[in-house]
Amino acid sequence: MNDLMTVVDWSRWQFALTAIYHWLFVPLTLGLGVIVAIMESIYFKTQSQRWLQITKFWMLLFGINFAIGVATGIILEFEFGTNWSNYSWFVGDIFGAPLAIEGLLAFFMEATFIAVMFFGWKKVSPGFHLASTWLTAIGATLSAFWILVANAWMQYPVGMEFDPAQMRNVMDNFWAVAFSPVALNKFFHAVLSGWCLSGVFVVAVSCWFMFKKRNREMALDSIKIGGWVGAAGILLTFATGHSSAVDVARTQPMKLAAMEGLYRGEVGQELVAVGVLNPDKKPGDSQDVYKAKIALPYGLSILANNDPNTFVPGIDDLIEGIELTPQGDTVRTVSYAERIEIGKAAHAALRDYDAARAAHDDQAMKDAEKRIREYYPYFGYGYLDSVEEAVPPVGMTFYSFHIMVIFGGWLLCFFALVLLAAYWKPRWYDSQWLPILAFLTVPIVWVCSEAGWITAEVGRQPWIIQDIMPNKAAISAISASSVITTFWLFAIVFTIFLIAEMSIMWRQIVKGSKMKIS
Amino acid sequence: MTLEYLQNYWWLLVSVLGSALVFLLFVQGGQTMLLGTRSDEDRSLIINAMGRKWELTFTTLVVFGGAFFASFPLFYSTSFGGAYWLWMLILLSFVIQAVSYEYRRKPGNVLGTGTYDLFLFINGCVGCILLGVAVSMFFFGADFTVVKSNVLDSASPVISQWGPTHGFEAIFNWKNLILGVAVLFLARTQACLYMINCLGSDPKFTASLRQRALINGGIFVVFVLWFLAMLLTAVGYTAVSNAYGELEVTLTPYKYFHNYVNLWWAGLALLIGVVAVLYGIGRTVFDKGFRSGIWYSGIGTALVVMSLFWVAGYGDTAYYPSLADPASSLTIRNSSSSEFTLKVMSFVSILVPFVLAYIAYAWYSMDRKKLTPKELETDHHY
Repeated sequence: MNDLMTVVDWSRWQFALTAIYHWLFVPLTLGLGVIVAIMESIYFKTQSQRWLQITKFWMLLFGINFAIGVATGIILEFEFGTNWSNYSWFVGDIFGAPLAIEGLLAFFMEATFIAVMFFGWKKVSPGFHLASTWLTAIGATLSAFWILVANAWMQYPVGMEFDPAQMRNVMDNFWAVAFSPVALNKFFHAVLSGWCLSGVFVVAVSCWFMFKKRNREMALDSIKIGGWVGAAGILLTFATGHSSAVDVARTQPMKLAAMEGLYRGEVGQELVAVGVLNPDKKPGDSQDVYKAKIALPYGLSILANNDPNTFVPGIDDLIEGIELTPQGDTVRTVSYAERIEIGKAAHAALRDYDAARAAHDDQAMKDAEKRIREYYPYFGYGYLDSVEEAVPPVGMTFYSFHIMVIFGGWLLCFFALVLLAAYWKPRWYDSQWLPILAFLTVPIVWVCSEAGWITAEVGRQPWIIQDIMPNKAAISAISASSVITTFWLFAIVFTIFLIAEMSIMWRQIVKGSKMKIS
Repeated sequence: MTLEYLQNYWWLLVSVLGSALVFLLFVQGGQTMLLGTRSDEDRSLIINAMGRKWELTFTTLVVFGGAFFASFPLFYSTSFGGAYWLWMLILLSFVIQAVSYEYRRKPGNVLGTGTYDLFLFINGCVGCILLGVAVSMFFFGADFTVVKSNVLDSASPVISQWGPTHGFEAIFNWKNLILGVAVLFLARTQACLYMINCLGSDPKFTASLRQRALINGGIFVVFVLWFLAMLLTAVGYTAVSNAYGELEVTLTPYKYFHNYVNLWWAGLALLIGVVAVLYGIGRTVFDKGFRSGIWYSGIGTALVVMSLFWVAGYGDTAYYPSLADPASSLTIRNSSSSEFTLKVMSFVSILVPFVLAYIAYAWYSMDRKKLTPKELETDHHY
């Protein structure tokens, strides 16, 4: 492996490490912020000391989690500059805006009002305090919105045009960037999954109180709020998950094919619900895709297109440029080999433009610019050496997608059970089986949440900007040893902080279970 | 609004954010004062005074980075990707800060209170010094080239290329370090002034803060004068882009001195700022009943820092001079976002006064009642 690819790979590892760590904490901040705000609203209305204690207990856990979320988050923004500097120039005109708006409109709100939330109980009026708690939750959610707008734009680059004079892309439609359907689906899907995760957290901690026969009433009250927030979260996550799949089918069909391990598509394509992939399968060969599978007829056509009689292309279909009509007729699309040729022609045109500019030849510049505009949609393919490079890691995408869906299904059942028991069968919480089920659901929800991101990010490889720029063209000119060193630095620091966070949380949970509730 | 107007406006906004950041570094300055404070109660007061503002400094750093990215992406790309170790060390120091306040005294924190306090101390020193180094590079340059057509070279596609030490050379450049040390002692001085303002503690601790303000303020003045002397006698780049985007650079002796004279409002801001800082420190040290020094010093700091940004970027000046290839230097003209993006961002910036208003209101509400040791016994604290 040459040094360029070593830097690319370690930069990817570093980004993956920091993003995965960050996402351990962010969903809990998003959901727990709302839960704490609801609890304080109840306190504000009832003036019950019990609700004040409940609010303060969960607020304390929120604060412990928030701190490490902030610590892991700062790296991500700056990594675009440190490790992906070419990217920062190439699309900084578009990508920088949501990050700046996030800081200005959301992060300041969060940072300002969280201080009031924790230290203002006796310094500001109860109404101002409650407003601060809600504004902290809203600030966190707005922050997520702008970050997800930025992420969605990488997967579905809209609202821009290429400026050959500066050799970069520039924004030409802000609303298209901020409110693209991909961004909106991504926002609701990610934030609501945070509500679901936080619901599990609150229910599981409360179940531990039940398990230990401590503060039963407080636990039951918390379970009801956590249960409702979690149930709303998982239901809406499923709904937005479907609309996200429709987006992916339209904007990133290769990702959808990898999610399903689909090499040859059909009209009325089945959906593999559970499956084991053949690890030796490669694009273009005739080997079986699955070692074993359970499939739902027409499922993928419905998921992708809301229509059972539509064609969903597989990896080989996309590479070869083939689609089928419902009548079975073959339609030609642009094959990946052609895309690579067009991409290389776009590069050549840009080179011509640059040479014409150096020679101050305006006519030649115009001619070259015309060609650039024609070929630009496949500009990124010009960096690829083979069509296989454009195929994401199928195994990781397939398994993470299926883990997310299967675990998500369990979460739906879990919250139904939690609410059923909370309102009609509270004694189930006094037995051992339901608390144990809640404890087991804690790792499940975290794995589910991370698996969703792995599906989204691994499935779009090799693109940092879909079709426009692959990872390997987006990096910084740094040595591999520098990136390897910082990777391990972050790995060690974040791991130590994670252990500290869990240990502190545990102590506070134990302490909370023993506190005297009014 | 022309592109040139928007570029000037955004450089102004970046300078405002940069000056706010340097002012808010009093949090980092306070963290460094943990060393040398023996009484547990005094340490606790320092931590809790700073702990209620740390997120504001942290957020300002993030917003400063985000605004720079959105408005001058070529700087973001060149500096962050090139001076890799400089920025990574700054970031790492803020990472260890972010958990330290919340975790330092919590049971089960694994590392112990002393380690988290050490993290705060490291963040205080490293954050201040290296941010000073980063700003100093705006005047004394760096060893980089920018060749945009590299993006078409699959084997080596990076447009900004940097020397092999990736930021260490900037950290160990004594000229940069002088501003770094000045920022550190300014932050420590302002921490004293801020604590005198917000703590309702015993006269003995306040007296010790006044004494520390004198010592730290004295060291700051020496280093900042040294830096200003170097700056005003430095050779700068006068840089203008031609119609084809090529940068034509002329080396200009006393460039920044001329900029202060030609941009008279920058010179005026520098003078008023210096006087305000000295007044804030001096009166706090010598007038025992005076507690508002932080506001004079803070506003003075903001004016000085803004004036530094203005002479770095305005007046056809290269604000990021390339020592390896002057034509690769960055100016606010050749490194900015497009007119469209700057315009969109300008509409968003209309909300800045609103953001400042709620920050000010929350600050006022929280600091209205002075922080006392008694409060630390009963309420949520670090």
